[in-house]
Formats: sequence, structure tokens, C-alpha cells
Amino acid sequence: MRFMILVKADDDSEAGVPPSQELIEEMGRYNEELVNAGVLLAGEGLHPSSNGARVNFSGDGRTVVDGPFAETKELIAGFWMIDVKSMDEAIEWAKRCPNPTGEESVLEIRKVFEDTDFENATEEQIAREQRLRDRIAES
Amino acid sequence: MTGSDTHRTIDAVWRIESARLIAGLARIVHDVGLAEELAQDALVAALERWPETGVPDNPGAWLMATAKHRAVDLLRRNKRLEHKLEEIGRDVESRQDGAPGFDAVLDDDAIEDDLLRLVFTACHPVLSTEARVALTLRLLGGLTTGEIARAFLAAEPTVAQRIVRAKRTLAKAEVPFEVPPRAELADRLSSVLEVVYLVFNEGYAATAGDDWMRPALCEEALRLGRVLAGLMPKEAEVHGLVGLMEIQASRTRARTGPSGEPVLLLDQDRARWDRLLIRRGLAALDRAEELTGRPGPYALQAAIAACHARARTPEETDWARIAALYAALARRTPSPVVELNRAAALAMAFGPAVGLELADELAAEPSLKDYHLLPSVRGDLLAKLDRFDEAREEFERAASLTRNERERALLLDRAAACGRATASP
Repeated sequence: MRFMILVKADDDSEAGVPPSQELIEEMGRYNEELVNAGVLLAGEGLHPSSNGARVNFSGDGRTVVDGPFAETKELIAGFWMIDVKSMDEAIEWAKRCPNPTGEESVLEIRKVFEDTDFENATEEQIAREQRLRDRIAES
Repeated sequence: MTGSDTHRTIDAVWRIESARLIAGLARIVHDVGLAEELAQDALVAALERWPETGVPDNPGAWLMATAKHRAVDLLRRNKRLEHKLEEIGRDVESRQDGAPGFDAVLDDDAIEDDLLRLVFTACHPVLSTEARVALTLRLLGGLTTGEIARAFLAAEPTVAQRIVRAKRTLAKAEVPFEVPPRAELADRLSSVLEVVYLVFNEGYAATAGDDWMRPALCEEALRLGRVLAGLMPKEAEVHGLVGLMEIQASRTRARTGPSGEPVLLLDQDRARWDRLLIRRGLAALDRAEELTGRPGPYALQAAIAACHARARTPEETDWARIAALYAALARRTPSPVVELNRAAALAMAFGPAVGLELADELAAEPSLKDYHLLPSVRGDLLAKLDRFDEAREEFERAASLTRNERERALLLDRAAACGRATASP
């Protein structure tokens, strides 16, 4: 099953401060470990939210708001997508990650939906999920 | 952390660490079976200790240290293994001389070599294919005997026996714990790849609705394949196999319809294909092609799968290239089944008459006598050429040969349609 490990932003990542040489080195080793174990599917770092934008929805209306965004701790600075056997294994891998900021940091682990997650869903719900996936795949 | 939380953590740690642990221990005791027992003992110790003490910061090192102590204890008590104790004694001495010893087992470079040795030992030709598969899943996948049994729809004692016998066979044959010498590498590697692909297909052949373990076998095979690609980055066929598996796995969601019925490749909803796995598969294929100008069977099959993956609609499929790839595959691994696939691809690329010519040649092939896809393909091509009488016979023949009920129904439908086409020209 797939899990996404999300790296939460902090003031430095939002300010665009590049990570230290040491951290780059440690992260490189960690990524290699993930690859060697055959569990890493994808992973990327994200630009600060000042380079981002949000599209707000209100009924049929759409408003575009340019970054940066407040609530730094709610923002995401990067992610890994891993393929492992259980949530516990995902947690175990996340625990092995070097501290992303060296100080107070958070990694959030989220399970990616699979077909089997929808066994109890109604036909209509499955169809809606399917339409969503189709749209993702088309883009 | 509650006791059950700790147990789940230990399961996860085991999953991550067991192969490296077993591989490291096997290098010391030169016996894969003994290494696994020692690793299991360390696991039991963790299950006893960690709920009270908490999970250590470096669980892998803890397990290794514990296994090391067990090894020394066990060997002291066991005269039969005296020479192994001597070896370990030498190891400890050499460490005192400053040379790498026990503790260096967790050293990164050594781990990769050890893992590779473990792969080649678990897939050694002295073992039956079944034994290789079971042992690989057990030693490298960290799967329990119960899990392996469920995956292969076998009884647990049968699988347990198979593993015990396999370990005994390795010990008896004194199979060295090593990566095979250059001259043997290609042959031995193909045994390793065969095992991984077998595991993959065992899971792939099952439908998604079945017991969870069977689809999980695909994931396990993919993981093993990716590990191998990391261990042997210069071997084109390893990347070829990984590419093939990634692309095949990308279709998993589209392969079954709402009521679990199989959906054929050209009828699949391509929007449901997993783009991430396709990208990974194409990247692996690229690496395979960069490494050699003469792609092996897995890379060729991956290249065929890639033709389908790259086509956004069935109509965009590059059938001429697929036919050429099947021709290359037939040269590498001659097989009437590959030829039949080539006939179907030729028909798609250059018209049914061209495909039929090759399919007709195969009609005399004794090994395809009871293979339902031969009359099925011929029926399809004959129908396209408006030769409905012959087509109907072929579909009926195919229906009588298939063991799959749904397929039989489909073939009989097609036969009936041909009958109607003859009746009303």
C-alpha cells in the first residue's frame, strides 16, 4: 500500500533558505536507503508558498490568491511517496528520516486511497471517485 | 506505547531489517538456515524485551547485537558446529587487531554485498523452483510461512517443510554464501529474475477480489525487483524485469470490471492506468536499453508493454514496432506462443491476411495443439477476412479448449455471430 510522507514547512523553508550541506548529505543517504529497500516511488521538495497560488472556491465562483500563505505549520515543503506493507512500516521509515529542519519539525503520514478502500462505498460514491481519478489521469 | 503497538512496530522493524540481518549473519556463520534461526531468535528477544524497555533508537543494531550473542551461545552449546565457533573466534580476534569483525556487519557497503549473496543463495539452482520462491520470500521478503502459504494457496505445513528442506539442501550441498563468479553470473541471475517474475505473476494472475495476499505478491515482487536493480545497477535485464513489472502493475486497476470479470488490454479504460508506475517502468526500460544494445527477454517484453503504455488510445498503438519486438523476442527465446503473439501484432499492423499467414504456419505446431489462443487468434483473423464458416469452427474449437468459463462463453458468442454472418451474407 502507498503512503505519502509530507514534510511540513517551517520559517526557513518558507523563506527559501536552502538546507545545510550536512542535511543535504543526510537526506541523500536516507533517500538512498529508501531506494535500496525498494520502497521509494517518488519524492520531491516544494518551493516556498510565495511561489505558489491558491484557487478558492465559493459555489460557482473561483478566486485566485497568490502566495505566500500564513499558517506556516499547515504548509507542505515536500513529500515522499512510498510503497510499504503497513502504516507501521511507513511510520518506521518516517522515524528514520533525518530531522528535516534540525529543530521542531513534523512529518505527516497519509495513506493513499486504493480500490479496496471502497468496498463499503455505494455505487454512486465509487463512480464519483472513479470520475475524480479519471480527471487526475487525464491531466 | 501499548504492548500491541510495540508488536506492530516490531513487525515493521522486522520487515525492514530482517533481510539485512539474515544476510549479515549468514556471512559470519556461512549457513543461511542457521543465520535465519539466529535472526528469528533475536526477533523473539525483541518481542520479549521491547514492550517493557521501549523500541531502541537503532533497532537494527540491537537485533544484530542480540543475534551475535545468540550465535556465540548456540555455537558453544553445539559441538556439531564447532568449526563455526572457531571461525567466529577468529573473527573476534581479528576485530581486536583492528580489522573489521562482527560489528562491521552493519556497515553499509558490506550489507549490499551480503544481500546480493543472500539473493543468489536463496535462488540457487540446487533447489527446486518452488523452494527458491518460498525461500526468497521468507529470507528476503520477511514473509511468514503462513503468508507464503496463503499466497500460493498451499497448506502452511507444506510450505514450512519446503523451507526447512531447502535450507537443509543448501547446507548439505555446501552451497557457498557468495555472488557467483563472472562466468556463472548470467545463468544464475536468470534464475533470480525467474523467481521474482514467478512471484509477480502468481499475484498478477489473481483478481483483485481474492485474498489480499495474492495481489500483495505483485508488490513484493516489485519491491524485490527494485532492490535487485539497486544491488546490480549494471545488469540490463534486472532493469528490464523491473520495467516490465512496473508497467504491468500499472494496469492493475483497469484489468477487472465492476463484477470482477477480466478486461482485456485493448478494452481497458486507460485513464485507470497508474501513471506513476508507467513513468517508473519507462525509466527502468530506458536504463536497460542504455546498458545494452542487445536487450534480453525481459527488456523486450518491457518494450512491448511500453508500446501499449505509450499509446493514449488502442488505435495509437505502434503495432509494427510490437511485431518487430516479438520477432526479436522469438530470436532470443524461440517459442510458438511468442510467434502467435507476433502473428496477432502483424495482423494489427499490416492487416489480417499477413497475420493469418503466420498463424497458419503455427497450426502444425504440436506444442500448440491444445492451446486455445491459437484457434482464437485464427478465428479472429478469419472473421476479419469475412471467412465466417472457418472462423466459426475456430471459435468453437477454441471454446472447447479453454478452461475459463467466461472465456468459453465469449468464444461461443463469437462463433454464433460468425454463424449468423454466414446465414445472411
